[in-house]
Amino acid sequence: MARAVTTQHKTIATAAAWIVALLIFFPILYTVITSFKSEQEAIQGFNLFPSGTTESYSEVQAQSGYFKFFLNSVLLSVGSTILALLVAIPAAWSMAFSPTKRTKDILMWMLSTKMMPAVAVLFPIYLIFRDTGLLDSRIGLMIMLMLINLPIVVWMLYTYFREIPGEILEAARMDGASLWNEIVYVLTPMAVPGIASTMLLNIILAWNEAFWTIRLTTTEAAPLTAFISSFSSPQGLFWAKLSAASTLAIAPILIMGWFSQKQLVRGLTFGAVK
Amino acid sequence: MATQQTRSLARFMMAPSVVLLFVWMIVPLVITIWFSFQQYNPLNPIRDGFIGFSNYALFYSNPAFLQSIINTLVLVGSVLLITVIGGIALALLIDQPMWGQGIVRILVISPFFVMPPVAALVWKNMIMHPQYGVFADIARFFGGQPIDWFGQYPLTAIIIIVAWQWLPFATLILLTSLQSLDGEQKEAAEMDGASFVSRFIYLTLPHMSRAITVVILIQTIFLLSVYAEILVTTNGGPGYASTNLPFLVYQKALLEFKIGQASAGGVIAVILANIVAFFAMRAVGKNLDK
Repeated sequence: MARAVTTQHKTIATAAAWIVALLIFFPILYTVITSFKSEQEAIQGFNLFPSGTTESYSEVQAQSGYFKFFLNSVLLSVGSTILALLVAIPAAWSMAFSPTKRTKDILMWMLSTKMMPAVAVLFPIYLIFRDTGLLDSRIGLMIMLMLINLPIVVWMLYTYFREIPGEILEAARMDGASLWNEIVYVLTPMAVPGIASTMLLNIILAWNEAFWTIRLTTTEAAPLTAFISSFSSPQGLFWAKLSAASTLAIAPILIMGWFSQKQLVRGLTFGAVK
Repeated sequence: MATQQTRSLARFMMAPSVVLLFVWMIVPLVITIWFSFQQYNPLNPIRDGFIGFSNYALFYSNPAFLQSIINTLVLVGSVLLITVIGGIALALLIDQPMWGQGIVRILVISPFFVMPPVAALVWKNMIMHPQYGVFADIARFFGGQPIDWFGQYPLTAIIIIVAWQWLPFATLILLTSLQSLDGEQKEAAEMDGASFVSRFIYLTLPHMSRAITVVILIQTIFLLSVYAEILVTTNGGPGYASTNLPFLVYQKALLEFKIGQASAGGVIAVILANIVAFFAMRAVGKNLDK
């Protein structure tokens, strides 16, 4: 027997939920609105209806070369994700399909590396980067982001791979498929959705990483996190421009995030909540 | 038929991940521990070499140290409290039948995808600014005095920002868990005349307990190392009012170049994180055994 839902109940729930949701979303909404104001308008008090000018957007590009930072963010997040997948896929594959007694321990140990506070190794990493010339280089930061997210990538892939029934592999083996054929024709098609989800979540995490990307870059490799942080100085207080830069910095990842809610839950809880 | 060959193949495939993570974990940590027992300042040519626990003593006797530990714990504790209670309430609300549930979900989850510097700057300048912020507009509208959030209540302001970032995460995970609750159980309880409160206490809450644990543990890991939010808003000030342990270590290392003391602080941060990690690993590990 389905529960009878009264229209009144539904109306109240709808109103309450929408009010709370809009309040939570408001800072983002107001940032987008302000980005379409002129600097004059932006400091003239609360106003939800901008004049619709796009001058802030063109100024952000003209004055600070926004596009270079954007490109760095794309390169770093996608590059580090691909690196992490290359390293993690074989590991997750072997742990899911030929588990040993120590598999679980290895997984837990990998996760534990994630708990080391970044700040504790800031100076050593800084020294290593300086002495190897990796400071402010894209490749150095890519490696860094790859290492930070590697445990999550291995874990997430492992939880996806584990759901692929082992019998299918056995059947393929019985039919005489070589290891190579097994991987290319049987496993890959079944693993693609899991790999895609992992990739999506990892790009989001890498895009928003705001410790190493700020501390290990100056100009050349600086992504959007470092660019936005430079607005914290007093001479950077231009509301409309800050809003335009912020909108551009969060828009791509916000849209990706909307599509990855389920994977997010799974990836960030290490499969404990599905 | 797990032959010797497949086993060594498995080991071979795992090697890159294991080696990389091992090096990444051990090498910098050993260097940090080594520096924490050294007199080392890149600006100061005098090197006394090994100085025992002096760095720890110096770091410990620094009044900022105790304050930073307290700030760290207050920050973590407050944000956890707000996000877990708020997350449960929000999840219960969104789980009700309503129009436009999908859009509500999207709106609520959005702050999680905002990079920390943007979140902090938007709140600092557009919402909490004592002159041009929305809060100031509201205060003036009601004839009140705008509050100088970052001057008077810096830690509270940062807690609000960080809670705003993490409330979506808690809500999303708790909602996912709530939606997996068996509908028939709920109906049975309702038919038996259980009130909303007793249904919540005896049915919903126990069902969500694992998700709540996971939320607390994962958030704690991230909250212990809040950094960018402090950097772009208060820079740790006024004084040390909003300096947490990671921020203090950063200041010592890269602003004052007191590498020995910073390393000692880093080691303390590791110990703190390990205490948390110990409980986290046990809980996550238990969930694996199902």
